[in-house]
Amino acid sequence: MSNVVSSSIGKKFFMSITGFFLVVFVAVHLTANLSLLFGPRAFNLVSNFMGTNPIIQVMQPILALGFIVHIIYASILTLQNQKARGSEKYAKVANSHQSSWASKNMYVLGGLVLVFLVLHLINFFWKLKVTGSPLLNEVNIDGEKMENAYALVAGLFNAGTIGYVYSGLYILGAILLGFHLSHGFWSAFQTIGWSNDKWRIRLTVIGNLYAIAIALGFAIIPIFLLIFAK
Amino acid sequence: MNITVKVWRQKDANSKGNFESYKLNDITPDSSFLEMMDVLNEQLLAEGKEPVAYDHDCREGICGMCSMFINGRAHGPDTEITTCQLHMRKFKDGDTITVEPWRSGGFPIIKDLMVDRSAYDKILQAGGYISVNTGGVPDANAIPISKEASDEAMDAATCIGCGACVATCKNSSAMLFVAAKVSQLALLPQGKVEATRRAKAMIARMDELGFGNCTNTGACEVECPKGISITHIARLNREFLCAAVKE
Amino acid sequence: MTTLNSKIPEGPLAEKWNNYKAHQKLVNPSNKRKIDIIVVGTGLAGASAAASFGELGFQVKSFCYQDSPRRAHSIAAQGGINAAKNYPNDGDTIYRLFYDTIKGGDYKAREANVYRLATVSNDIIDQSVAQGIPFAREYGGLLANRSFGGAQVSRTFYARGQTGQQLLLGAYGALNRQIEAGTVKIYNRTEMMDLVIIDGKARGIVTRNLITGKIESHFGHAVVLATGGYGNLFFLSTNAMGSNGSAAWQAYKKGAFFANPCFVQIHPTCIPVHGDFQSKLTLMSESLRNDGRIWVPKNKEDAEAIRAGKLKPTEIPEENRDYYLERRYPAFGNLVPRDVASRAAKERCDAGYGVGTGKAVYLDFKSAIERLGEDKIRERYGNLFQMYEKIVDENPYKTPMMIYPAIHYTMGGIWVDYELMTTIPGLYAAGEANFSDHGANRLGASALMQGLADGYFVLPYTIQNYLADEIHTPRMNPAEVKEFKDAEEQVKNRIDKLMNIKGNRTVDSIHKELGHIMWEHVGMARTKEGLTEGIEKIRALRDVFWKEVKIPGTANGINLELEKANRLADFLELGELMARDALHREESCGGHFREEYQTEEGEALRNDKDFMYAAAWEYTGDHANPKLNKEILKYENIEVKVRNYK
Repeated sequence: MSNVVSSSIGKKFFMSITGFFLVVFVAVHLTANLSLLFGPRAFNLVSNFMGTNPIIQVMQPILALGFIVHIIYASILTLQNQKARGSEKYAKVANSHQSSWASKNMYVLGGLVLVFLVLHLINFFWKLKVTGSPLLNEVNIDGEKMENAYALVAGLFNAGTIGYVYSGLYILGAILLGFHLSHGFWSAFQTIGWSNDKWRIRLTVIGNLYAIAIALGFAIIPIFLLIFAK
Repeated sequence: MNITVKVWRQKDANSKGNFESYKLNDITPDSSFLEMMDVLNEQLLAEGKEPVAYDHDCREGICGMCSMFINGRAHGPDTEITTCQLHMRKFKDGDTITVEPWRSGGFPIIKDLMVDRSAYDKILQAGGYISVNTGGVPDANAIPISKEASDEAMDAATCIGCGACVATCKNSSAMLFVAAKVSQLALLPQGKVEATRRAKAMIARMDELGFGNCTNTGACEVECPKGISITHIARLNREFLCAAVKE
Repeated sequence: MTTLNSKIPEGPLAEKWNNYKAHQKLVNPSNKRKIDIIVVGTGLAGASAAASFGELGFQVKSFCYQDSPRRAHSIAAQGGINAAKNYPNDGDTIYRLFYDTIKGGDYKAREANVYRLATVSNDIIDQSVAQGIPFAREYGGLLANRSFGGAQVSRTFYARGQTGQQLLLGAYGALNRQIEAGTVKIYNRTEMMDLVIIDGKARGIVTRNLITGKIESHFGHAVVLATGGYGNLFFLSTNAMGSNGSAAWQAYKKGAFFANPCFVQIHPTCIPVHGDFQSKLTLMSESLRNDGRIWVPKNKEDAEAIRAGKLKPTEIPEENRDYYLERRYPAFGNLVPRDVASRAAKERCDAGYGVGTGKAVYLDFKSAIERLGEDKIRERYGNLFQMYEKIVDENPYKTPMMIYPAIHYTMGGIWVDYELMTTIPGLYAAGEANFSDHGANRLGASALMQGLADGYFVLPYTIQNYLADEIHTPRMNPAEVKEFKDAEEQVKNRIDKLMNIKGNRTVDSIHKELGHIMWEHVGMARTKEGLTEGIEKIRALRDVFWKEVKIPGTANGINLELEKANRLADFLELGELMARDALHREESCGGHFREEYQTEEGEALRNDKDFMYAAAWEYTGDHANPKLNKEILKYENIEVKVRNYK
């Protein structure tokens, strides 16, 4: 079994499985975040649920592990691929006709998404879980006390000039993630062998729709908050 | 037509190579790309220079020996074509044409545009066959095979082993080549018997020889002279993962 | 004259092969490991033989000049492979396949060999299917057949238009399996330079590593040459660029007889020559003649206008077209055999009715498209039409294809007996390299059959009959054997000689000149005068070659010009032998047409009284005339008739 795990397809299998997991996570995360559009009450309720639900708590380290495996294997595979290409590069490459831009730049896209992710964690996760923030005053909803996560999020995007910068960064992050998913989604199916001539077309269409939905969904949030949460 | 050809010249595997540019006049648009290269070589010989070394043999698109990266594309600017079938009418008068060898860690350069593709042979030696000896086999019609399966196996079997897929893949992955053989044999009842062993052995050999990992960019199927689909890669993945599970 | 012993087994025709197998000598398994067999060439015959020897337990060394055994030119065969399976229930039998092959070869092949070929044809199909070759199938899951020229039954198995490729990849797979098992060692990019004979027996070869230029020797208890045909002697042919006759020629010079060199097949449907830079001719499958009609303009003025580009073929009305095959051969029409169709095209072009460059005729699908619709034609010939369009840049659905005959296959080759052994003990020849099965003309879809029959089902038996007596011959170390060292020395001297000519003519320019001489004098229509003149010209060109050829660089490394020059040097001699053979054979048969010997209607006229034999030429020296040996052909099971297609 060990040689299967270390084989190229074995490594890609882990990429694919963790990819699927992250695809699901991203969808759940977006769904939860979209509650921002329904005002402080809705978002705080969802946020509180996410922060306290035991299943979610168990899933958190698993999620982190998923990210780490995905990143480590991506790095190993990319390094191997660079080595496989050989020392000399083509002087001229006509790429336009071949494959999608995203498919050829998954590692770079992934890396940028990671940079964004770190920023994102510092902005919210870190404050929620570790340092706290003056914005996180307790609020009382239907008799239950909870942190005012809405204020933290809305505050980030409405902090004057820096708020615009953050909004821009979050929109960019959403777009990068969308590109990453546009190839990653169907590619994960292909890698585990769940594809054929017919399904390949379907899966690319579904993957692209999904990627657009995710990118749009996440990009809407800062825009919405900029306009409506002053 | 008059053209300039910018060709990669490299003395041998260990030397450092560089591009040389040559001007060619009065090339007929009806001549094939390799015939243009022949003219270039005759011209070089006349000038007392060494001709450009390149692989070619059948010149009808089936032996898989010709292998040039022309203007940034494996086998040049046309689809489902080998270098030998490419014609000069695809270029314009006054063009500068860049000709490079296949570049991949798996295919070391031997000289000029010639590369060593014996890694492909080695992958197939690991299991790209059905293990039957000569004689003692059942009648050809003893096992019916559906036309669909047979046709799909044939789609995969048309691989000519030219190496365009590796040459064009940004990861230098040989997955399309391996998939073509694994898929062909997995689709046929005769090949199913040892499908598990075959997929594992061939992938192990492919990895060992230093080819990269497939990231499903699909560039290979675009440049494949025989239009082999990456659907066969999906089947290879399936075969391999099933083999792993069965172990 | 040496009496040639063909070693045909006793018994009735149908029992000969079984009798042979029942009584031949075999090598026991423990001794097989101690025996080395050299196989040169990795096409259908070579790869299948090497793989089968390996499976039996012999130690095999397999050689090819290409970068991989999979590139051998068998890969380019399009149409299919014949077998007497009679799956379509249309009346085929082993005898019928045997009969058609003999008749198609114009009664110049050996009965016993051809009957064996027809017998094992069925085993080849079984073997190929077991190897995973995706032959075309019907919806019911069983194998499909199609018909081919020269037969009244559908006995051709096919894998799209790539049957040769699929069969070769099957044999290559079997070879790979033995390489992995360690019984076969493969030497790619290695070219045979000479045959080594010790005490009258073939014992090995000298090779040149095409990458390093190193000259090496290899020992074998037996040597098999499966090195293909010599069609490239014409420069332009449908052969691969590297295909050559050198291995056969080295064997000839070491004492193997060369039989019927003048029997060369000229295929009628090739894409015509477009210019002087042309390097290669592309075949369009014979199957196109099922639906295409061949014509030239009826009026010379129209032909001239077309050549000048003033008139398009589609503008010529029906009444001004000359469908000359339908006119001359009403019974067979466009489906006459290859040799007949080729000669008729040449006759029209020589008379001034040719189109294109003047050396082309039309193959028109207009009436077929009107009858069946474009879709049906696309389904049948789509890939061929596409290939034509890529090469010629004209749409054959809209305007007729242009075709012209081209050199395609050589029926002649090294003389072999029933066991496929040459006149040198321990030296075998298989596939196109030998002369045995196709007589003076090969039928379509029979080359694949013969190559695989020789490699899978004949040699693995017959070679043991010889090797059984060799079990006491120990392996030799070539470095310690005088004969090997001498042979290496000779090879080095020849290379030095070539390198030191330092003339000013490129190899290709001389090769092209040889091609012109061959085509002109030893081509489709030969005459006594033409051949005599041709021989003089070839001799003169040989002198030019040895004085003026230019090879740059050194011999210690890749030197493509040296490779080509070495092959051309042999072609220059082989070409002369071919012309001599054609001159001596004062009759017309199959691919050999002497203008002096034709009927009033211009058909081939055989002379069975004087020429019912295979001409096996014996080498007597570089400048001496070769000696003719005859293998008299006896037809005991077939009545010899005149071929008639009217």
